Amino acid sequence: MERIDHAASELREMDDLVAMASPVHSLHPLAKLITTIAYIFLTVSFGKYDLSGLIVMVLYPVLMFELSGVSVKTCFYKLRVVLPLVCAVGLFNPFFDRAPLLYLGSAAVSGGVVSMVTLMLKGVFCLMASFILVASTSLDAICAALRKLHVPNMLVTLLLLTYRYISVMIDEVSVMTTAYKLRAPGQKGIHCSAWGSFLGQLLLRSMDRAEELYSSMQLRGFCGEFRYADVKPANAKDYVFTLALLLALILCRYYNIAEIFGTIAFGGAA
Amino acid sequence: MIRFEHVSFEYEKGKKVLDDLSFTICDGESVGLIGANGTGKSTLMKVLLGLLPYTGTIYVDGSAVNKHNLKDVRRKLGFVLQNSDNQMFMPTVYEDIMFAPMNYGMSREEAEVKTDRVLERLGLTDLKYRHNHRISGGEKRMAAIATILAMDPDVLLMDEPTSALDPYNRRIVINTINALPNTKVITSHDLDMILDTCRRVLLLSNGRIVADGEASTVLRDKPLLEAHRMELPLCFAGREQ
Repeated sequence: MERIDHAASELREMDDLVAMASPVHSLHPLAKLITTIAYIFLTVSFGKYDLSGLIVMVLYPVLMFELSGVSVKTCFYKLRVVLPLVCAVGLFNPFFDRAPLLYLGSAAVSGGVVSMVTLMLKGVFCLMASFILVASTSLDAICAALRKLHVPNMLVTLLLLTYRYISVMIDEVSVMTTAYKLRAPGQKGIHCSAWGSFLGQLLLRSMDRAEELYSSMQLRGFCGEFRYADVKPANAKDYVFTLALLLALILCRYYNIAEIFGTIAFGGAA
Repeated sequence: MIRFEHVSFEYEKGKKVLDDLSFTICDGESVGLIGANGTGKSTLMKVLLGLLPYTGTIYVDGSAVNKHNLKDVRRKLGFVLQNSDNQMFMPTVYEDIMFAPMNYGMSREEAEVKTDRVLERLGLTDLKYRHNHRISGGEKRMAAIATILAMDPDVLLMDEPTSALDPYNRRIVINTINALPNTKVITSHDLDMILDTCRRVLLLSNGRIVADGEASTVLRDKPLLEAHRMELPLCFAGREQ
């Protein structure tokens, strides 16, 4: 029961993050969406051994977290389930790619280790960038931006309604687990013999509520296309932000900034 | 004006929930729809809104309701659901109130003006940017009414508007209902509230209208109410003792 309530409150905490005021929050959703997509695209396009080039890409999420006031700790906490999976992606690379790629002092580092770290960093950076997008922009605004990018209405509405119905379903699970626990004291979780009826009831109750919600939407003129309420037109600041960031990201992608700085700082010894 | 002509509805074949209903509700009337559980009050509302298929004819402002004019009919009829959680599905009160006006083609600026006006009229300006999951039950009920008023409906349909409210919030909702000039159809088991808000009462039993008259007359009729599994409103019951 506590876990369900915790899940519901975590979902609601995202709304609180979105409601914060900061320069990042005030940016136009389309500007944030475009830069996030560009960031993810450019980040994943780095070569598997291009660790030094990739490192610089950390600047974008760090900058966004700093400007938005959302703590990195919150990000890692909320992504705690996904992060290990992302990190596990390249776990077997060191076993398959054993050829030494570089030396740290006298220790040889194999290509597999470098590619594993690169893959992990790519995943973490992309997750951080996505998190800062959803933590600083409401889902309605993201959907409005997606529609502006001509993503099909069906997909966007599906995304929005899925998000809405998750909270409806969590509410129903919470009510049902409370009712169960009160009549099964001392029992840990829901006994497997009750799983079938529990899931069946959950499905029926969620469907009932979903139908009520949909009726409510229909009765207020909804006919398949959301009219997104909170998206203001883009202004000069949004254009400058988007163009400057896109330029910076492209530069970071095609020039090894870390190497250039190293050369400048250490006179070619980097 | 709303007119029902021989309207029937059944969920299962042979089990009529609404059985050959015929009645008229004139413009500006406040009508209470009362009856025991399962007598078809909420079903009647849903049938009127075209959410359930029915036999017979329903006229709204002289036009028979059909699938071609359903959208226009729904615009005239604002339905406040019993469970406000099902009505308030947007993240904030403001966005929820904006939902209907924008769906009906208003520009964002116009919808914002409308939202502010409705919030001010109901004294809910403080709630504007509040998250729906962070407001109390009473506030949510008032906000749900606001979402409907933003549509400028001719008729307000309310399903148990005072259920699960404390006395203070109940009184606020009653005062709000009384201050609204729209035609009102209210279903409730709260007969004191019906007496406070409605001049006319329809008593439903087994899908049929068994009484239609002045609220003060029907709600005083103890034998009639008890014959249909209801009781006198508390204000009259108190005087009886």
